[in-house]
Amino acid sequence: MHSLQETWVYLNSSPLFHLTLTMVAFQVASWVFEKGGRNPLLNPVLGAVILVVSVLLLSGTDYGTYFEGAQFVHFLLGPATVSLAVPLYRQWHKVRGSALAIGASLLTGSLVAILSAVGTAWLAGGSETLIASIAPKSATAPVAMAISEDLGGLPSLTAVLVIVSGILGAMFGPMLLNLIGVKDWSARGLAIGTASHGIGTARALQVNETAGAFSGLAMGLNAIATAVLVPILWRLLF
Amino acid sequence: MIGYFTLILVCQLMGELVVGTLSISIPGPVLGMLFLFILLLMMGELPKSLGQTADGLLRAMSLLFVPAGTGVMMHFKLLGEALVPLSAALVVSTVLTIIVTALMMRWLNRAGSDA
Repeated sequence: MHSLQETWVYLNSSPLFHLTLTMVAFQVASWVFEKGGRNPLLNPVLGAVILVVSVLLLSGTDYGTYFEGAQFVHFLLGPATVSLAVPLYRQWHKVRGSALAIGASLLTGSLVAILSAVGTAWLAGGSETLIASIAPKSATAPVAMAISEDLGGLPSLTAVLVIVSGILGAMFGPMLLNLIGVKDWSARGLAIGTASHGIGTARALQVNETAGAFSGLAMGLNAIATAVLVPILWRLLF
Repeated sequence: MIGYFTLILVCQLMGELVVGTLSISIPGPVLGMLFLFILLLMMGELPKSLGQTADGLLRAMSLLFVPAGTGVMMHFKLLGEALVPLSAALVVSTVLTIIVTALMMRWLNRAGSDA
């Protein structure tokens, strides 16, 4: 027999505990989101992150230990991204018909994302490291982190900024699009995917498949556009 | 199900291989998405089980961002020090990007259908 505390100390350092913690936190946050009438302020990704961070801080667990368990969930991001080919294929007839509009809107959106982030951070007195970290924030995390590192930013800070951009877009994007009266699912999806990559796409897919397909497409294209545009703009500006 | 999950993993692996070999700055999974898409175009139809496997993964996609999001706990100090420039930039940029992209797309779509 072991004491409950001994068993707990053992479990707290095993991957199972932090994997389960991640799943349970997300279930709780999703339940709150549904009960709250899908209020954007109750975004389940945000809610789950707050729950997990609280438990880790209270139990004095560092992020590395947590990630040993959580990596199994994190790993599936790759296959999920590949799977975005499926909604894209289902909606291909719509995408093909407006290839030029998609290309032009995406390029404009990508430029606005970079320049407005850099401009606002600079006006608000951000350091050059901070500006380099935030410039690629609308691209999906691995791309954004690589660009940030090249410019002398902090890649792990960039990862956080990417996630927050995603959550912000998922939370307020639909409301904002209603406000400006854009009802077309392709335009809505493209806008969310350009600003808020995978997190926005996950949200868009829950609402409408056309929006999800265009959002996934925008996420992929904006990864490429950001990787090309940020280094060029950086040389022009600094 | 397992067969198509394997196909998805193979596409991702091919993506990572190409990205690593050519050292281009696109993530492997994004290139893998392109590979799977091209494969679907070549097949000319979507196998039902592939659709189910992909839909299953995509329904869980929000959950998959929680581990990365929890990384915020490593940056509390820096985020606290630079709270104003960072949050201002994130909010302004996200709002502007969504509005401009959506309006541009709507305008171009209309221009296209009028022509």
